Amino acid sequence: MTFFLQNLVNALQWGSFYALIALGYSMVYGILMLFNFAHGDIFMAGAYIGFFISSGLVALSASGVLPMPNWLILALTILFTMIATSFLGMLVERVAYRPLREAPRASAAVTGLMVGIILETGNLALLGARRRNFPALVETTTYQIGGVSVTNTKIMIVAVSVLLMLALHLFIRRTKWGMAMRAMAYDYVVVPLMGVPLNTIALLTFAIGSALAAAAGILFGVAYPVLEPYMGLLVGWKAFVAAILGGRGSVPGAALAGFLLGFVEIFVAAVFPSTLRDLIAYSIILVILTFRPHGFFGEPYSAHLRL
Amino acid sequence: MEVTKDISSAREKSSWSRRLREQFAQVPLLGWLFGLLVAVVMEYLVGYPLARVLGLASVPALFGFEIIFRIPTLIPSTLLYILLVYVLPTGLVAWLGSSLANKLAARLLRYPLLISVVIHLGLLYAVLHLWGSFNDYRMIVLKLTLIAIMLTLSLNVVNGYMGEFSCSHPGFMALGAYAASVFTVLAFVHDDVFGLPLLPPALGPFMFPIALILGGLVAALGAVLVAIPSFRTRGDYLAIISLAFTFIVKSFIENLEVVGGPRGFMNQPPWANLPTVFVWTVLCVAVIHNFVRSTLGKALCAVRDDETAAEAMTVNTRRTKMVAFLFAAFWAGVAGGLFAHVMRYVNPGTFGVLKLSEVLAMVYLGGLNSVVGSIIGAVSLQLLMEALRPLEILKWIAIAVLLILIMIFRPTGLVAFTEMDVKSLLKPKWKAVEEVQHAVTAD
Repeated sequence: MTFFLQNLVNALQWGSFYALIALGYSMVYGILMLFNFAHGDIFMAGAYIGFFISSGLVALSASGVLPMPNWLILALTILFTMIATSFLGMLVERVAYRPLREAPRASAAVTGLMVGIILETGNLALLGARRRNFPALVETTTYQIGGVSVTNTKIMIVAVSVLLMLALHLFIRRTKWGMAMRAMAYDYVVVPLMGVPLNTIALLTFAIGSALAAAAGILFGVAYPVLEPYMGLLVGWKAFVAAILGGRGSVPGAALAGFLLGFVEIFVAAVFPSTLRDLIAYSIILVILTFRPHGFFGEPYSAHLRL
Repeated sequence: MEVTKDISSAREKSSWSRRLREQFAQVPLLGWLFGLLVAVVMEYLVGYPLARVLGLASVPALFGFEIIFRIPTLIPSTLLYILLVYVLPTGLVAWLGSSLANKLAARLLRYPLLISVVIHLGLLYAVLHLWGSFNDYRMIVLKLTLIAIMLTLSLNVVNGYMGEFSCSHPGFMALGAYAASVFTVLAFVHDDVFGLPLLPPALGPFMFPIALILGGLVAALGAVLVAIPSFRTRGDYLAIISLAFTFIVKSFIENLEVVGGPRGFMNQPPWANLPTVFVWTVLCVAVIHNFVRSTLGKALCAVRDDETAAEAMTVNTRRTKMVAFLFAAFWAGVAGGLFAHVMRYVNPGTFGVLKLSEVLAMVYLGGLNSVVGSIIGAVSLQLLMEALRPLEILKWIAIAVLLILIMIFRPTGLVAFTEMDVKSLLKPKWKAVEEVQHAVTAD
């Protein structure tokens, strides 16, 4: 039981990264019916932007100009990084997706892949192959609750991601912009005729998705403080799988599937040798998709997507 | 007599660039091949002295790109070398020999088409062989380009003709590469892992095709895993299934200690020489070209356009999808086997997302549903990647920016939905002359 609970805690943390990133994939799919293949690299870029902002804030605080406690630095880092990365996301939309609105979807997939490559190699060319260490902003304290060890970073990561998901849910359900996004996901041909600007909504979607990916990047940096240019490849593609598993365009599905993928991976690694993790996790996904081809919340052959 | 007079008067009227274009429009493929042959023979004979005279350290390996990027002061002499060795001889021979080449091409077409095709391919092979045997670098670029053509074509069968977005090609390629390598190493090589060869090594080169076919069959077997879910779903879900398949294969090989796991597998015998790779590529192009024009290929297009309608028109959609997947996977596996024997080393990391982006870019750059497009896409991207190699890390940025621009300005790729017409490719180009005559008489 302790074993199970311990892994459950680890899985919750690991799954929050996937869930946050998968949300971005799913939202873009809901609006534009295509996958933003550069999203994993936006996650990477978010982690790097967070690294620079937090390093800057730490230096500012240490120099005595503006002394700040660590929690404030972290909060400000998350805030600023989300804003900065959302601009990156909008740039990607403007450069790689808007000119291809009328083109075949596969061409847009290729431009997305290429933007991803540009972000990776651009990072490598600008900053070099040296790995960066994310500044340790949170002092790790471990609590023992009934034999299960829980660190405060884990609690923070899960809490922040759940909060962000709730905020996204409220935004989509309760605001006018959210309503516009839902309408666009319902029918992106007719809704623009009603005066809802498609391009603005697409930009907004990319901005929100990228901001969530940036938050995931910082949380990832807090949990595993080593950044490298290709970190978006593995996590990003797995989150993509989670987005599909949840059902395309379905926001709750993406969040749920992100956590599920985290559970599968952690439990596989706990029971079997960890090198088998990918093999077994993907095999399970293959089996699930064979029997439930449209994911958990997806609808077969339908334009009516849930957002 | 009068006609030629008219043509010459028409020539005087037009600008010289148009005249040049008219002249070269009359050159048949045979003429161009003769021209290229003369060019590479010339490089073979006078390449080194000429390069020395022009102040180059050596003969430019790949049309001088590496020199242009590294030492900009040598650009004029490199360009001069290209002009003297490649452009001028090819152009002159093609121009002067055009009437002769046209007669020859017309004569050849009187026999069965196959003879003409074989002669053209023989000439092409001679050109490639002479050009490639200059140094090892050219040779390996040539072989990798030919393998890229096979891969791109086989992916085009699934992504173009069947209209799916399959990401499983690196997986198929890995299966083929490892299956073929294990067979050849097990049977013919004294290896640390598998011990003494099981069969006499002298038999090896003759058994190599069997190894490749085995690799293709293993890849096709893997394709069943992707094909069965494809009965129930299409589009994005299939993309994930195939992507998961690639990751599964990669992870599986990484966990297979017998073939070295993540460290890779080596000691493949050096049997993938240029003739072998060339013959397999030609075979692949020919088979796929015929496959997509067959009844089955048309059924495939029907399934792409409307699955329900195709089903109603008695197309067996399941069988069609299955065959297409297995067929594409087979050729990807063969390409993988050749790749393993060209590099003589494989590791599972090669067959990841980067390889996938590369092959997808080749397919979509060349254009869907087009054999010619796939060949053009594969050759141009592979050569571009080699040409930009001196840019090192910036290479990938340059390629990515270029591809984005191409996708924006030509979203369907360079040559999409065009069938390759072998006969019109090989036929003599009298028509251009007739058109000029027609234009003159119309005046």
